[in-house]
Formats: sequence, structure tokens, C-alpha cells
Amino acid sequence: MPDAADIKLRIEAAIPGARAEVEDWTGGGDHFRATVTAPAFAGLSRIEQHRLVYGVFGGEIGGPIHALSLTTISE
Amino acid sequence: MSQQQENPVREAISSAIANNEVILFMKGTPEAPACGFSARTVGALQSLGVPFAAVDVLPDPRIRQELSALSRWPTIPQLFARGELIGGCDIVTEMCETGELAEVLGAGASAESPASPAAAAGAPLQIENRL
Repeated sequence: MPDAADIKLRIEAAIPGARAEVEDWTGGGDHFRATVTAPAFAGLSRIEQHRLVYGVFGGEIGGPIHALSLTTISE
Repeated sequence: MSQQQENPVREAISSAIANNEVILFMKGTPEAPACGFSARTVGALQSLGVPFAAVDVLPDPRIRQELSALSRWPTIPQLFARGELIGGCDIVTEMCETGELAEVLGAGASAESPASPAAAAGAPLQIENRL
């Protein structure tokens, strides 16, 4: 089961220059909330920014990761 | 063979998106949301007084599967306006706060909402309009 630290590392490893703050929303290891700041978001719509982050986890979103609530910030 | 026969679920979803100006795919119904994220998204829409169609994805797992394949968006809820994905709960909430949602949905402006009942959707899917 992924934990918040895991998710943070995976986002930061997959998106160049990204910084992520991740918390386990419910403490249950399946609902997470993340704020991700990355230069890679520049010029992308919110939808595309979120897709970029969701893409890191593929089928895990909606599976082991029931929810990943996102705030994305372009820099 | 037509696509319709190959993938009726996806076809029904496409038509529902095309035929409803504002449509929300959610867990549960606007009256009885089955998930906090869906509830919050319904709340945002209701706060703007925008009429919207709603589809409960829970009765058939294929709805969710095909919807996500179509929209390239992994989670539920998903809000579409005029055929385009607006976002899920996070984006809709954020846009509601900034006023962008009202703009995108044309709140107040386009009173034209023909409420076509369950469009092409229908029986096999239990896609419903709830305006």
C-alpha cells in the first residue's frame, strides 16, 4: 500500500523539477491530497496538469489509491 | 459493424456527453451522492443554479471504465460542458471559487437546456438525466 512519502517521491521522480507535498487525507492509506509545484506545468491547462500527475500512477488511481486530490501550481 | 455494436457502453457515454450541455458523471445521484467528492461537485453546480444532467457510474462498472478511457481522466466525478471535460472535484471546486466555473458553464447566460430525456443512453446502462 502506498504511503504519502512514497507518493511524494514518485511524483518528484517522474516530473522534472517537481516539488510535492502529500498528506494522507484520512489516515487510511488510500485517500491522499497533494500540492505539486513544477515548471513542467507551464502553459498547460489545469486538466493537463492534473493528467500529468495522475499519469505517474496509471491504474493505481481508483485502485489502491482511491483518491488523489490535487492542487497544481505552475512555476 | 458499427462502433455501436462493438462498444455500446462507450457509445452511450459519448452520446450522453454530446447531447447534454452540462453533464456530471458521479457516484450516486445529486439527491443522494455516494461519495464526498461527488457531493462537493454537485454542491458547486447547485450553488450556481446551473441545470445539469447526472449519470450514476455505480450501477455498472463498465460506465466508469469506458468513461475514463474516453476522457483520459482516472477518477469520478467528471464534469463535462458542451462536450468538453471541465474536470473532477478539485478543478470544479477551484473554478467555482474563482468564478471561472460560472463563466465556463454560462451560468445565467444560456437558459437553453433542452433536457432531452436520457438521450441515446438508455436501458442497458441506466444512464439517466436528473435535471
